[in-house]
Amino acid sequence: MDEVVKAANLTVNLGGKTVLEDITFLAISGEMTGVIGPNGAGKTTLLRAVLGLVSVQRGSLTVFGKREIKEIRPRIGYMPQRHFFDRRFLLSAADVVATGLLSPRTLLRRIPKKNQQVKDALRLVGMENFFHQPFQNLSGGEQQRVLLARALARRPELLLLDEPNTGLDFPAQRSFVELLRKLKDKEDIAIILVSHYLVSIAPAADKLLCINRTMHVHGYPAEVLRSPHLDEAYRCQFDFLTTGSGTERWWH
Amino acid sequence: MSEILAYGFMQRALLAALLVGTLCSIISFFVILKRLSFLGAGISHTALGGIAIGLVTGLDPVLTGSIFAVGTAMSTGHVSRLGKISEDTVIGIFYASGMALGIALISSFKGYYPELFSLLFGNILAVSIRDLQVLAVVLGVVMVFVILFFKELLAICFDEEMAVAGGLPVGPLYMGLLAAIGLTIMVSIQLVGVVLVAALLVIPGATAYRLSTNYRSMLLYALIIGLTGSFGGLFVSYYFPVPPGAAIVLIMAVIFTLVVSFKYNLEKRL
Repeated sequence: MDEVVKAANLTVNLGGKTVLEDITFLAISGEMTGVIGPNGAGKTTLLRAVLGLVSVQRGSLTVFGKREIKEIRPRIGYMPQRHFFDRRFLLSAADVVATGLLSPRTLLRRIPKKNQQVKDALRLVGMENFFHQPFQNLSGGEQQRVLLARALARRPELLLLDEPNTGLDFPAQRSFVELLRKLKDKEDIAIILVSHYLVSIAPAADKLLCINRTMHVHGYPAEVLRSPHLDEAYRCQFDFLTTGSGTERWWH
Repeated sequence: MSEILAYGFMQRALLAALLVGTLCSIISFFVILKRLSFLGAGISHTALGGIAIGLVTGLDPVLTGSIFAVGTAMSTGHVSRLGKISEDTVIGIFYASGMALGIALISSFKGYYPELFSLLFGNILAVSIRDLQVLAVVLGVVMVFVILFFKELLAICFDEEMAVAGGLPVGPLYMGLLAAIGLTIMVSIQLVGVVLVAALLVIPGATAYRLSTNYRSMLLYALIIGLTGSFGGLFVSYYFPVPPGAAIVLIMAVIFTLVVSFKYNLEKRL
């Protein structure tokens, strides 16, 4: 189990405002870390910091042991939030996945073995039969899988997913998270998944990190879900709900 | 047909239609995919300021207008990224300011500017060999840029955030695209004028988008529509008393209306 992301007292300012303060956590290979918190908690900023797209004001952040993240970016797969792009864009599923292979190294060059890499990525998410399908004709769940394949196209060792469940119904959310679980086991990659759908990611995550600008709690899902810091972060009361498979918590 | 081709000015006009039709169709593809339609309208009107500077100072108005158009396009991108101001707002401000500068300069300096009318409303029939050379050079530069960076430009149009995360030089490539739009507008203004040039940057791509299921066919359809409009408009203006610039835009607008109506009826039946 290798250390992939290590943050110690990480503080990020954006536009003169502190967006993240004193965040400490560790993500290791073969583990899925769920980052939870209410809207505006700084979850996306945390992912952007790991990607090296925002600078760290205080504390330290290392990815694969390096502070200079730009050079190790090809080892990171990223799936941004849905609203960043047009879902009716005129690309096939394969074209979408191929955009994940682009990097400074592919400028002015053909991408070697592009089709094979695209096919492999689509196969990983069970979408190999959709290679030529127009992206806009796919269902929400299928589109998410294709976008996941795009993030996996370069065979990353770290996968960052920003609200991948948004807009999906509950069964689709469960199936997507299940797919992630299989992937991390099979590919031995570290996954950091940002979501505010606590119920769908808690059973699948190995660790949960609950933030609301500052860190409220980090640990195993069972500990985090029982922690009073969760109520503090969300500023609401959580109730226990006992189900056949154990105890889950819901807010009201 | 042979009668039209017998005239030197018509031969030059047809060649200009071919070059502008191709250039605008390619740029239109990116304008639609990156949702920059308002930018096209904004830059073309802003260029009036640059044209006026050329007219009152005795410099080549096409050159000053080009510098102004490219400068405005790139400044729009730069200011909107720096200052957290939306592109639409920046274009709206530049659009009005450029027009105001043009009107103020032309009104303040008394004189007769015969080129002004053709730059405002275009005159493809008056295109010279030098104009064709400039057009060919601009088409060449834009084509080289697009061919070299096509996959990156497409990725930026689809998902800019992902392109940034992948380490692509999004800023320089986007600025390059804006500069290409500015140059295209300026060389097209000579043919269809400030008022109508935005249509050439929007209609081919917008019509092609409605007809296509993938970007390859969209690019092909945009080219077909751009060239059909350019040649069609020229022929219509030869036989009927309609200015060529207006005829080109009207033919493209008719094609767009037919495509939208056809698609709407088809979708309603399914």
